[in-house]
Amino acid sequence: MMFMRVRPVGRSAVLIECHDGDEVEAWRVSLWRRRESGELRFVDIVPGATTILLDGVPPGTAAELAREPVPPGVSAEEGPLVEISATFDGEDLDDVASRWGVPVPEAVRRLAATPLAVAFCGFAPGFAYLRGLPDEWAVPRLAAPRPRVPAGSIGLAGSYVGIYPAASPGGWRLVGHTDQKLFDVRRKAPALLTPGTRVRLVPR
Amino acid sequence: MITVMRAGPLTTVQDLGRPGFAHLGVPRSGALDQVALRRANALVGNGMGAAGLETTLMGCALRFEVAARAAVAGAEAVVRVDKQPVAEDVFEVPAGAVLDIGRARRGVRSYVAVAGGIDVEPVLGSRSTDTLSGLGPPRLTDGLSLPIGLLVDSPSAAALPRVAPSTDGPLVLGVRIGPRDDWFETAGLFAEAYEISPVSNRVGCRLAGSALTRTKAGELPSEGVVLGAVQVPADGQPLIFLADHPTTGGYPVIGVVEDVAPLAQARPGTTVRFRAID
Repeated sequence: MMFMRVRPVGRSAVLIECHDGDEVEAWRVSLWRRRESGELRFVDIVPGATTILLDGVPPGTAAELAREPVPPGVSAEEGPLVEISATFDGEDLDDVASRWGVPVPEAVRRLAATPLAVAFCGFAPGFAYLRGLPDEWAVPRLAAPRPRVPAGSIGLAGSYVGIYPAASPGGWRLVGHTDQKLFDVRRKAPALLTPGTRVRLVPR
Repeated sequence: MITVMRAGPLTTVQDLGRPGFAHLGVPRSGALDQVALRRANALVGNGMGAAGLETTLMGCALRFEVAARAAVAGAEAVVRVDKQPVAEDVFEVPAGAVLDIGRARRGVRSYVAVAGGIDVEPVLGSRSTDTLSGLGPPRLTDGLSLPIGLLVDSPSAAALPRVAPSTDGPLVLGVRIGPRDDWFETAGLFAEAYEISPVSNRVGCRLAGSALTRTKAGELPSEGVVLGAVQVPADGQPLIFLADHPTTGGYPVIGVVEDVAPLAQARPGTTVRFRAID
């Protein structure tokens, strides 16, 4: 059985270290369910690339979680599916295709054919880090971030795909855009893409 | 209704923030000095979740279109109603009168509570202005109207004790080491005094001093961060996350400050030392 490394974070938070994104997702699903059932108490659960932060936990939580085995993995088909209608016209699409060593249409085909899923959110409200691209397709961030990336821009950084919910400065390599609204506080569920959501980029 | 006569450099509506949405990338936000906001709310009989105003260094001036009870807490500043200094922390403002909070003589941020609370539209359960993400009401500008809510909460039994704003003397912050203490020579954090940098804001308090030495190279994959996290970017100068901090960060966190409220009242140039808590 594999046990976890759990690090205390200040007085009332813990950080669970995972081996990969699959394990983060397994923990997230399990911890969320245990909060719903009233078994665990925390204010915030923040998945990261290879960690899960629980904030606002009672004393002793780190020691308790450290004794637990990794929860069973979740099936790739489990999360809700959101289709993002995408136009592949990003300023860096040619650059990404050449880094991948393929023609632009093949780069677009890859982006549309790869099943993606929200690993975690961060950077801005509703900004989801989508995993699913193989590590070999990872691209570095721009050396100098653009001062303004328009809302809806779809970009790549490392092996993550991200969609900017609002205009902001940004260093992701832009491959396209969508007109869908990623974050809207007037909606019952403000974020379109939440951790665990499966995502497809559908060419328009 | 309140009309903003003088907004000051940065006056915002603040309550206790919007925790619970960090997994969507939504910062907690909320009053930087929650002790002061709670005290001001208690003085006027508001529940602790009521929204008040947070000023920055220069105070603000507000015309009350209706009579209301008000309280000011936090930074030490001269408070006037229609130019007459007010001696008490809680007082009545007549209809048409102007409440003026002067510049902070000690501390940085004054908190203004009005009986009934500042009743702007809540966003994700909070009326706080988040200066990082832009959620919540806009910062105050001259001429802006602010609605006052109805006093529905039963008056608090006792107001919270007055906490003196920090002096300009050295500030000693209790810090719990970790989670990424294995990336640093942690002794460095306690060996030297730092100075609060003028580029500090509601997102974080930047410190200037001797750079912390990394013992581990490489990049940290993005991970969740908490209020009070002492993040150490590439230049080695620590940054303490305050209310509007991002939900995730890519720089290692050497430790977590136990109580960030004193930082809300600490001016740029203030000396900061860290003390380890087990």
